Amino acid sequence: MADNKMLIKFFIASESIFFLMLILAYVNFKGTVVDGPTAESSLNPYVTGIFSLFLLASSLTVWLAGKSLRAQNHTMMKVWLLVTIMLGAIFIFGQGREWAGLIEQNITISRNVFGTTFFTLTGFHGFHVLIGLLMLSILLGLALFGDFKGPKSDGVEVISIYWHFVDGVWIVVYSVIYVWAFFL
Amino acid sequence: MSSRIPLVPENTEPLPSLKGNQGMLAWVSSVDHKQIGLMYLIITGVFFVIGGLEALLMRIQLAQPEMDFISPEVYNQLFTMHGTTMIFFVVMPFLIGIGVYLVPLMIGARDMAFPRLNALSFWLVVFGGILIYYSFLTQSGAPDMGWFSYAPLSEKPFSLNKGPTYWALGLLATGIGSIASGLNNIVTILTLRTAGMTMRRIPLFVWMILVTSFLIIFVFPIIASAFAMMLLDRLLDATFFTPAHGGSAILWQHFFWGFGHPEVYILILPAFGIISEVIPVFSRKPIFGYEFVAGSTVAIGLLSVGVWGHHMFAVGLGDVANLYFSLASMLIAIPTGVKVLNWIATMWGGKIIFATPMLFATAFIIEFVMGGITGVAIASAPIDWVVTDSYFIVAHFHYVLYGGSMFAIFAGIYYWFPKFTGRMMSETLGKWHFWLTVIGFNMTFFIQHFLGVMGMPRRIYTYQDFPYWGSMNLLSTIGAVVLALSVLVFMWNIHVSLRRGKKAGDNPWNAWTLEWAAASPPAVHNFDLVPPVRGRRPLWDLAHPEQPDEPNAKVVD
Repeated sequence: MADNKMLIKFFIASESIFFLMLILAYVNFKGTVVDGPTAESSLNPYVTGIFSLFLLASSLTVWLAGKSLRAQNHTMMKVWLLVTIMLGAIFIFGQGREWAGLIEQNITISRNVFGTTFFTLTGFHGFHVLIGLLMLSILLGLALFGDFKGPKSDGVEVISIYWHFVDGVWIVVYSVIYVWAFFL
Repeated sequence: MSSRIPLVPENTEPLPSLKGNQGMLAWVSSVDHKQIGLMYLIITGVFFVIGGLEALLMRIQLAQPEMDFISPEVYNQLFTMHGTTMIFFVVMPFLIGIGVYLVPLMIGARDMAFPRLNALSFWLVVFGGILIYYSFLTQSGAPDMGWFSYAPLSEKPFSLNKGPTYWALGLLATGIGSIASGLNNIVTILTLRTAGMTMRRIPLFVWMILVTSFLIIFVFPIIASAFAMMLLDRLLDATFFTPAHGGSAILWQHFFWGFGHPEVYILILPAFGIISEVIPVFSRKPIFGYEFVAGSTVAIGLLSVGVWGHHMFAVGLGDVANLYFSLASMLIAIPTGVKVLNWIATMWGGKIIFATPMLFATAFIIEFVMGGITGVAIASAPIDWVVTDSYFIVAHFHYVLYGGSMFAIFAGIYYWFPKFTGRMMSETLGKWHFWLTVIGFNMTFFIQHFLGVMGMPRRIYTYQDFPYWGSMNLLSTIGAVVLALSVLVFMWNIHVSLRRGKKAGDNPWNAWTLEWAAASPPAVHNFDLVPPVRGRRPLWDLAHPEQPDEPNAKVVD
C-alpha cells in the first residue's frame, strides 16, 4: 500500500515553503508604508486573537477525533469531527468579519503594500482552512454513512495532519502580523 | 484492496501498441506509469517542435542586419514562448516523464506510489501548456516579456495585454503538477523498492530523480507564490511588484531566481542520471565512484538553493552579496566536476562501444563542460557585468541546456527506445542525427560567445550592420537550419524504427539494471518475477553468479 502519511508530510514541507514566501513578502514590506493603513493602524489583535483560540482548539478536537478512532469509539469520533468543523467555521467567520470591516474602511488588496501583503497572506491561509473544512466535512459525511470504524484510517490521520499544519501556520501568521505590530 | 473493478478501459496489450485495446480513451484515462510516461514523451516531442520552430523563426530574422521578416512585437513573443516552452514544456516534463516510466521498473515496483496523482501531474502539465499557447489566439497575442518576466515590465501599465496572465496561470498549473510528481517520486523511491534494492544499490538515474524531486517540492512553491502574487497584481491591482505603488520589482527577481536557479539543476540532474546509466553500459564497466556521483548530486542540490543572486549581479546587490554569490556559484563547479571525472574514469580502460546513445553521452560531456566553463566565468561578478544580457549568456545556457540536457535526452531516447517499443532505432539514421546535431549545435551557438563579447545584446529583433555581425549571425542561422535538419532526421528515425526497426528483445544493450529484465515493451504489470537484487547490477549478478558485484551480499527474498 502506498504510504499516504509520508506523502502528506512531504506535501506539508512543500506548502511550508509556499507560506514562507508569503510571510517573507509581508516582512519585506513591513515598515515601508509611507501613507495609508498599516497593521498598527487598522487591525485589532484582541478580537482576532479570540477567534484564533477557536482554531487552536480545533487542533485539539481533531486530535481527540483521531484518539476516538483508535479506541474504535465511532460516535465520539463523529462528535469530535463535528466540533472541529464548527470551531474552524467560527474562525473563518471571524476572518470574514475582520475582512469586511477593513474593506468598509476602504482598506483593500490594492490600497497599499500593507493591504496587498495582509490580504494575500491571510487570504491564502483562509483558503487552506476552507479546504480543510471541506475535507473534514467529507470525512464526517463518510463517517455518518458508517466509514472509519477504526482503529486505523489513513484518511482521518492524513487530514488531521493537514489540519494541524493549517493551525501551525496560523500561529506563525498571527505572530508575524499581530504580535509583531502590537506586543513587541 | 478489494477485488479490482476496472472503472476505465485498460490496455491488455503491452505498450505502445494501440492494437487490441480500447483506443484513445484507454490513453486519456490511463493511470499506468508506462502509459503516462509515454504520453509525457509524446507531448514534449510536440512542444519541442513548436519551441524549435519559434527559435528557427528568430534565427531567420537575425540572419542579416536590419531584416524585417518578423515584427518586433512578434519577435518578443517568440523568444518569450521559446524559452518558456523549452524549459517548462520540453526538458522538464521529458525528464519527469522518462523518470515516471523508468523509476518503478528500475526499483522493481509495479507502478508509482500514487498512480492517479501521477495522471493528475501529467494532465496539469498538458493543460498548463494549452493555457499558455491559447494566449496566441487572444487579441493581444502571447506573453512578450521574456521567460523570466521581470517586473515592472510584466505588470500594469507596461503589459496591458493578457499574455502575462496566461503565462502565470499556465505555469502555475504546470508547477502544481510538477510538485505532485515530485512528491510521488519521493514516496515511490523511498517506499516501493523491491527486496534487496537498498538506497546504496538503486541505479544512479533513480538517485538523480530523487534529488531532483526534492528540489522540485522545495523550490516550486517559491515560484508558485510568486505567480500568485503576479496574478494578484495583474487581476486585483495588488502592489507586490509595482514600485510606483510601494511594491518592489527586485522582490520578483529574488523570488524568480530563488526558484530559477535550482530549476536549472532540475533540468540537468536527471540528464546526469541518464548519462550515468548509458556510460557504464557502453564502456562495459560498472560506474566509477557510485557514492561520489550520488553524493555530489546531493551537494549540488543543497548548494543550488543558495546561489540565485548570480542572476542579479547587474542589479547592484552590494559587494558582500556579490562576493558571496560569486564564490558559492563557483563552488558548484566542484561537485559537478566530480561527476565529469567519474564518467571519464568509467570510460577509462573500458571496451567502449560507440553506439548512438554512447555518442550522445560522450558529446554530452564535452558540450556540457563547455557550458560549465563559461558558467564559472560568468559566476564572477565583474565578468558578468560585461557580458550580462548579451549573446554570451545565450551561448552559455544553450551549451548547458542543449549541449547538456538535450544531448542527454537524445542519449536516453536511443538507449531506452527498445525498452519503450520493443524495436531498435536505426543506427545509421542515429549517426546522421548525431553528427548533424553536433555540427548544427556548435555552429549555432559557439559563435554567439564572440557576438556576446562584441556587445550584441540578447532579445533584440534586429541589429545594425556592424563589422562581422552580419556574417557571424548568418553562420549561427545556418547552424540553426542544420540543427533543424537533425531533428527531422531524428523524427524520421523514430517514424521508421517504430514500424520497421529491428526487434530488440528484452536486453539489447546487455545492460544491468532491472528495467532490462522486463519484456520490451514491458507487460502491463511490469515483472512476472522481479529478479533477486544483491548488488547494483542485478542482471550482471544473474548472468555471472560466479563473479557477483558484492560477493558477500546477504541474500534477501
